[in-house]
Amino acid sequence: MAGLTDLTIAEARDKLTAGEVSARELTEAHIAAVEAARPLNAFITETPERALAQAEASDARRRSGEAGVMEGVPVGIKDLFCTKGVLTTAGSHILDGFVPPYESTVTANLWKAGAVMLGKCNMDEFAMGSSNETSYYGPVENPWRRPGDNRSIVPGGSSGGSVAAVAARIALGATGTDTGGSIRQPASFAGVVGLKPTYGRCSRFGAVAFASSLDQPGPITRTVRDAAIMLRGMAGFDPMDSTSVDTPVPDYEAALTGDISGLKVGIPKEYRMDGMPAEIEALWKQGIEWLKAAGAEIRDISLPHTKYALPTYYIVAPAEASSNLARYDGVRYGLRIPGNDLTEMYENTRAEGFGTEVQRRVMIGTYVLSAGYYDAYYLKAQKLRTLIARDFETAFEEIDVLLTPTAPSAAFGVGEKSDDPIAMYLNDVFTVPASMAGLPGISVPAGLADDGLPLGLQLIGRAFDEETVLRVAGVLEEAAVFDRRPENWWATK
Amino acid sequence: MSLDKATVLRVARLARLKVRQDRLEPLAAELNNILGWVEQLNEVDTDDVPPMTSVVSMKLRWRDDDVTDGGAVDDVLANAPEGENGFFAVPKVVE
Repeated sequence: MAGLTDLTIAEARDKLTAGEVSARELTEAHIAAVEAARPLNAFITETPERALAQAEASDARRRSGEAGVMEGVPVGIKDLFCTKGVLTTAGSHILDGFVPPYESTVTANLWKAGAVMLGKCNMDEFAMGSSNETSYYGPVENPWRRPGDNRSIVPGGSSGGSVAAVAARIALGATGTDTGGSIRQPASFAGVVGLKPTYGRCSRFGAVAFASSLDQPGPITRTVRDAAIMLRGMAGFDPMDSTSVDTPVPDYEAALTGDISGLKVGIPKEYRMDGMPAEIEALWKQGIEWLKAAGAEIRDISLPHTKYALPTYYIVAPAEASSNLARYDGVRYGLRIPGNDLTEMYENTRAEGFGTEVQRRVMIGTYVLSAGYYDAYYLKAQKLRTLIARDFETAFEEIDVLLTPTAPSAAFGVGEKSDDPIAMYLNDVFTVPASMAGLPGISVPAGLADDGLPLGLQLIGRAFDEETVLRVAGVLEEAAVFDRRPENWWATK
Repeated sequence: MSLDKATVLRVARLARLKVRQDRLEPLAAELNNILGWVEQLNEVDTDDVPPMTSVVSMKLRWRDDDVTDGGAVDDVLANAPEGENGFFAVPKVVE
C-alpha cells in the first residue's frame, strides 16, 4: 500500500490508535518499499523478519492497552548505533562482521517506545564525510535529482542513508548522529527535517564514537511534529553515558503551539559569507520575512568567531577521532590482516580497514596531539572553542533563537567534491559552530534551489531549549509549505 | 610548520597505519594543506582564554565503586578474529 508509506509519524500514530491500520500492515508496506528502493543504497542491512516480529509485538501491546510514543512506527537506524544481534558496521571495512552483544541506549529507548526497526542505514565511514561517499558500502543516492538530469546526486552526510530513506518514503523516520552537521546538512540536501539535540540530551552509549565531545544522536523525519515525537522516544538520562544530562524529557510536541509572537530571532551577520550563492541568501531573507510575519522580532547580531569554527573543528574532531579509533586493532572485533609481529598486524589491519578520509583524519589527529604540537594545535583549538561558545552565550542574552542557512549550497553530484578535502569540509560551515558549543539545531526544508534540489534553513537554540527550536521550526515549516517530493525513479517493481 | 616525508612516516607509525612509500609525498601534501588552513587560528589572541573542558556546564557524576557488570567472557570474545581458552589471541610478542 503506497498510501501507508506517505504518512507522517503523527498520522500513522493516529491511524494506529484508531485501529484503521495495524503495525504489521504499516511495517509490511515499508519493508516492500525498502526492497524496491535498493538502487538508493540507503540500507547496509535490512532486517525485515525482525521488523515483522517487532510489529506483531507492537500490535499485541496495543491490544492490551499499552502504547509508547513511537508505537508501531517503522524506522531506519543509522549503522552507527549498536543493535544487539544485528551487524553494525559504522560504514567501515574495519568492523567487518561485528555483531554487537549489546544495544545502544537510543535504540533501546526507541524499542521501549514501540518503534520497529527496518534496518541499518548507510553512512559515511565512522561518520566522517559530508556526502556519504566515504562509506565502505558505497555511496547513497539522493532520491532527489535535478529535473531532466539523471546524474546521481549525493544525499549529504554523514547520515546519508537515513535522510535518503526518509525522503524516499521507505521509512517514517530514521536516527542520525551529528558531530559537525551530520544530521542537519544531509537533511537540507534531501528536503527533510533533521534535529541535532543539545549535547547530553540523547545518550551516546552504544553509538560508535567519532568525536566524543561533539557526537549527538537525533531524529530525521519528514515534519517538525515528527521530529518532536521521535526525539521524545530517543532522549533521556543514561547513567552509561558520563555526559548524559539528568533532566526530564518534555513532551516536545506540546511545544508546537505555532505562537512565536514577540520571540526574538537573531540573524548572525558573519553567516553572510563571501561567495554565498544568491539563492541561499534569498531563501534566508525569505525565512526572516516568514518569521517576522508570524510576529517574531528580528535582531541583527554578531558571532565574531564564526569563521574560526570550522578550522577549530578540524583540530578537535580529528584529535578525538584518532584517540577513539585507536581501539580498532584487529584483536577484539572486526577485520584482522596478519603481519609478522603484533605491530605489523595492527598497521596492516588499520591500513586495510580504514578508508582514505578516516586515515587522513587519524593522521591529523595523531599529529596535533603528538609531543611538541599539542599546545600549538589542540590547546589552541580548545581555547577557540571557548570563544565560539561565548559568542553564542552573549547572543542568547538578547535573542531566543538564531536563523541561518543550513548549508552553503544545495546537494552536488557524486564525485564532484571528493578530490578536495577542504571543499568538502566547507559544507559544514554553518552547522559546525553550534556543534562546537553543544547547542541544539534543526534543519527545516524551506525551498528549492534554481537547479530544483531542496534547501534547508537552520534554527539554533539555547542549550536544552529544543522546545523553542521546535516551535519556531514549526512556524517556518508552515510558512514554507514545502510539499515537493522527489520523483520515484528508483522503484524496481 | 610543514610536514616532511619523515614526519609523515613518524606520525603514521604513532597511528599504527602502514603507509606505502609512494604515498608519503602525496599524504604530506594533503596534510600540509589542511594544517596550513587551520593556521588561521593564530590570528586570534587566546592568551587569557581558558580551554573548553566541558561542552555543557555540568559536574561529572560520581558513583559507588562497585562491580556492576561482568562474567560475560563469551560475549566479549564473540567478535574476536581469534580467541582461545577465554583469551584474545595475538601474534607472539615474547620469544
